[in-house]
Amino acid sequence: MSSSVNLDAAESPATPSAPPRSWQRAFGDLRQGWRQRSLWGYLGWQDIKQRYRRSVLGPLWISISMGVLATGLGILYAALFNADYEKFLPYVATGLLIWNFISGCILEGSEVFISNEGLIKFLPAPLSLHVFRLIWRQTLFFLHNLVIWLILILLFPQPISWTLVLAVPAFALLMVNGFWIAILSGIIATRFRDIPPIIASVVQLVFYMTPIVWDYNTLANNPNPHVAERAQLAELNPVMHFLEIVREPMLGEQIFWRHWIVAGAITVVGWAAALLVLRNYRSRVAYWV
Amino acid sequence: MVSIDIQHAFVDFPIFDAKSRSLKKAVLGKAGGRIGTESRVPIIEALRDINLSLHQGARVGLVGHNGAGKSTLLRLMSGIYEPTRGSALIQGKVAPVFDLGVGMDPEISGFENIMVRGLFLGMTRKQMQARVDDIAEFSELGDYLSMPLRTYSTGMRVRLALGVVTSIDPEILLLDEGIGAVDAEFLAKARDRLNALVERSGMLVFASHSDEFLVDLCDTGIWMDHGQIKDHGPLRDVLNHYKGRDVYAELSERR
Repeated sequence: MSSSVNLDAAESPATPSAPPRSWQRAFGDLRQGWRQRSLWGYLGWQDIKQRYRRSVLGPLWISISMGVLATGLGILYAALFNADYEKFLPYVATGLLIWNFISGCILEGSEVFISNEGLIKFLPAPLSLHVFRLIWRQTLFFLHNLVIWLILILLFPQPISWTLVLAVPAFALLMVNGFWIAILSGIIATRFRDIPPIIASVVQLVFYMTPIVWDYNTLANNPNPHVAERAQLAELNPVMHFLEIVREPMLGEQIFWRHWIVAGAITVVGWAAALLVLRNYRSRVAYWV
Repeated sequence: MVSIDIQHAFVDFPIFDAKSRSLKKAVLGKAGGRIGTESRVPIIEALRDINLSLHQGARVGLVGHNGAGKSTLLRLMSGIYEPTRGSALIQGKVAPVFDLGVGMDPEISGFENIMVRGLFLGMTRKQMQARVDDIAEFSELGDYLSMPLRTYSTGMRVRLALGVVTSIDPEILLLDEGIGAVDAEFLAKARDRLNALVERSGMLVFASHSDEFLVDLCDTGIWMDHGQIKDHGPLRDVLNHYKGRDVYAELSERR
C-alpha cells in the first residue's frame, strides 16, 4: 500500500496550482475523471441495476422494451411504406438503438450536473466524472439493446461484410461526441435552466427528421422531384450522419464516407467549444447547481 | 507537505431566481439598503476576505451562528468551491464528511456504500477491499453491513462514514456538524482514532455547535461571523470570546 499512489489518485480538484480559469485545470479535470474510472464504472452499473431493482427480469427489461418498440415500429412503418419486412425491421431496430444512445446522451447530458447537485456540492470530484458516468451508463444501455440487433440479424440475414468492424470506431466516435455535448450543454443548462426543456423538445423533433423509421435513399430517389429535393434536407441534420456511420456497417449497407467527414468535423468543432466552456466555467458549476 | 493557504478569498453566490428584486429596485431607485449589488443578479457574499493558513497537525474547531459561513468555509477547504476572488491553495489528500445522505445510496448495502465512498475519496477497489474488515470492526455494524443503507439510523450512518474516512489515511479531514448523532461511547473511540490520524499525518477542521466535541477534538478555534473570520486563536480563547463565558471551566466542573 504505497501512499504515493493514494495521493496521486486522490488529487482532488483541491490542488489548484493554476488559476481556476486555465487550460491546465480544464484538462486536469478530464484527466482526473478518467483516473477515477473504477468509480464511474461502478456507479454506471449501479444506475442500471438500480432502475430494475427487485424486478424479476432486471436489466433484461431494457432489451425487452427496445425489442417491443423496434418490432412494433418496424412492422407499422414497413406496412405504411409498403416495404419489405425482412429489410425494414432490422433497419428500424438498428436505427432506433443508435438513436436511443444519441438521444440519451443529449437529453441526460443537459441535466448531467443539475441531477448530480448533491454530489457536486458535498463531495469534491472532477466535473468530468459525472459525464464519464453518463456516457458509460448509456453505453451499457446500448450494449443491452444490441441483443435485439443480433436477434433480428439472425432472423433476417443482412449482407454483412468486413465493414462491420467499422461499427466499432463509429460507435467510439459517438461516445466522444456524447462527451462534449454533455459538457457543453450540461454547463450551460446549469446556469440557464430553460435549456433542458428546449433541448428535450428539439430532440423529439429531430427523431422525425432523422431517417430512422423512414429510409433516406428511398425518398431521395423518389420519382417525384419535389419529394426527392425535400428529402435531401435531411443532410443538414447532423444526427443523420452520426447515425449512418454506425448503421451502415451494422446492416452491411454501402459505406458513404461523407458521413464520416461531417461527423469528424462536428467532433472537432464541438470539442473545441466544450473545452472553452469547461475552461471558463468549470469552477462556476458548483456555485450554479 | 499538508497545508491550507487561503488568501483574500471571497465566495459569492449568485441568486438567479430572485430577479424580481432587482427589477423593483431599478424602478423604485435609491431607497433601500445594499441587499443586491450593482449587477443585475443579487449576490450573497457567503465568505468575505478570508485569510487563513493551516499546517500539518492543526486541529481546528469552527464555531459561529447558523449561516455564519462554517460549512461554506469547509467546502472552500475541500475544493468544492473555488474562490470567486482571491486564492485557496490546498495541499494534501482531502476527506470531507459533510452531508451524510450524499454519496450514499440508500438502496445498496453498507459494504457497497463503503466501496463507493472510498472510491469517491480517491481509493482503488483493492485498497478499499483491504480496509473493509477494519471499517466493519471500528463501526461495530457487524452483520448490518450487508443490509441496505435505508435500514440504518442516522447514528449508524455516521459510524459508517467516520469508519471510511478514518481508515483511508486522509491528510485533511473536514467534518461538518452532524456527527453528533453517535453515542458517547462511540465518540470516545472515534476521538482516539481521529487524534491518532492527525498526529500521523494530517489536519482536522471540525464545525460544531457542541462545546464538548470541540474541546475533545480541537485545540485551535475559528469564529465565523457573517462570512468573515471574527476570531482565530487557541480554542479556549475563541470559545470564551464567542460564548462570553469560560466554557472549559464549565465543562471540567461538570465532569
